[in-house]
Amino acid sequence: MSSDRVGIIGIGQSEFRSRRDDASYPELVREAVAPAMSDAGLDFDAVQAVVYSLSPDAMVGIGNAERLGVDAVGGRNKPFLRINNGGATGISSVIAAYYHVASGMFDVVLTAGADKVGECGDSQTVLNKIWDPSYERPLPLGTINMLAMSAVRYMNFYGMTEEDMARVTVKNRRHASLNPKAHLRKPVTIDDVMASRTISWPIKLLDCCPQSTGGAAMVLASERFIRDNHLDAVWITGVGHAAETYWMGDRMGNNPTAEHAGAHALRRSFERSYRMAGITDPERQVHVAELYAPFSNTEFHCIDAARLVAKPGDSIARLRDGEFELGGRLPVNPSGGTLCTNAIAVTAMARVAEVALQVWGRAGAHQAQGARLGIASGNGGDHQIFGTVVIEA
Amino acid sequence: MELLERQEVWNITYHHALGETASEFYTRIRDEGAIYGRRSAGSGRVLVPPRSFSDETLLPTTEWVKVGPGGQIEAFTIVYERFNNLPDPPYAFGYVLLDGADTALGGYFKGIDLTDPQAAADKLKVGTRVTTTFAADRKGEMLDFWFELTQ
Repeated sequence: MSSDRVGIIGIGQSEFRSRRDDASYPELVREAVAPAMSDAGLDFDAVQAVVYSLSPDAMVGIGNAERLGVDAVGGRNKPFLRINNGGATGISSVIAAYYHVASGMFDVVLTAGADKVGECGDSQTVLNKIWDPSYERPLPLGTINMLAMSAVRYMNFYGMTEEDMARVTVKNRRHASLNPKAHLRKPVTIDDVMASRTISWPIKLLDCCPQSTGGAAMVLASERFIRDNHLDAVWITGVGHAAETYWMGDRMGNNPTAEHAGAHALRRSFERSYRMAGITDPERQVHVAELYAPFSNTEFHCIDAARLVAKPGDSIARLRDGEFELGGRLPVNPSGGTLCTNAIAVTAMARVAEVALQVWGRAGAHQAQGARLGIASGNGGDHQIFGTVVIEA
Repeated sequence: MELLERQEVWNITYHHALGETASEFYTRIRDEGAIYGRRSAGSGRVLVPPRSFSDETLLPTTEWVKVGPGGQIEAFTIVYERFNNLPDPPYAFGYVLLDGADTALGGYFKGIDLTDPQAAADKLKVGTRVTTTFAADRKGEMLDFWFELTQ
């Protein structure tokens, strides 16, 4: 077991759009891998293993599409491992790559993937199939409906309003307008969100993420390799994962362990990554956050779970005060976040990549000034499997 | 240049075995018009829908417990958007803690005017009392029952 730290030395992201009619699936993966390798200043011979980021096959419509990805990541003759943790896939892939390096078995590991959700255009049909066939499949479940019910409970406990939800969209769209990679970049107002059609009450069209097409890639390396080769890096100083029950109905009722209004296991995951990074007061120690929130309401329980506020529900007033805006005390989702770009297989990797760029000081127009320590998270399953990282300059 | 595309359709039929516990649950719904949960040996919690084991104690559940038909709304949503392979909107559904249960069961809410989202949402607030209604002709499936506001 090596005691070296693990660094991020290369980052690549494609632009994210509804469709990319000029690129096949593996071509899209390559479009992210090439700039990541160039950023790392390495050629493919230096990569010793690949962790492949790919969520449910039905979203790209190719069975075990990682097979098509092998060529795009230069995986021939190399250890190659696919990760699928639903929406958390991208961050779980980065964490798996971290494990590869931290174990001491590999010095340089590439993680990459892509999604073409826009070619499916019917993600809720795919996501209805994640419910168990014994009991819940006959119900009209999908991730929108599931998280609308989280919103209803959050409203009940903490007084969140539909206007509070709209404020999240307004903030994140403003951020996305500064990020050339983001998918939905047009600024909107609270009135625009409130006037958009109701999808699943209280979630309206502008409270929802888009179905995006794009790719992402990152190169991780051991501290020894980075020093020996005089490379520039930012450091992954904490990682965490946690899961909770599949049964949504167990996250309500009498004394649930995990409350569906919140994100119980996400909180546990953050506790693990904070402990590893030596963070005792995240509200003051964290400078920037990229939190996986595909619907506006869910950003509140993610901020709560990351303990960026003193207690659950405090996120509502703090967001209203502008604290989580770029230029505010602790920018949340300065890239525009999942709400503005969701290519599911790599969405949670983009959260990590964006935080790495922030603490590196390379985020461009959406840079959070002075950020040296950031956090990222990913949510998968039916609000059930969570991953978190801490990244420091 | 001209960029081309091709259409692909996935249409796969599965015959899922429901297992002993779910089979018994549906048989009782069909034959008795009643909802049953399973009591967890370790904690005493009544799990609905019934599971053969508790994810918290990891012990088998030990007995069938009749729950409902009354209960309270724990969560809901009202869907106004048309999704492929789902019912025609609008419809309301969510989760209900049935009397005697410790966990909530999913189902449709019926008999509520859904024309105005806010007015309908006000009727379905968390904590609102509901009653389980069973279809006269029951097939032994989730759609044999739904929830209506208690008068």
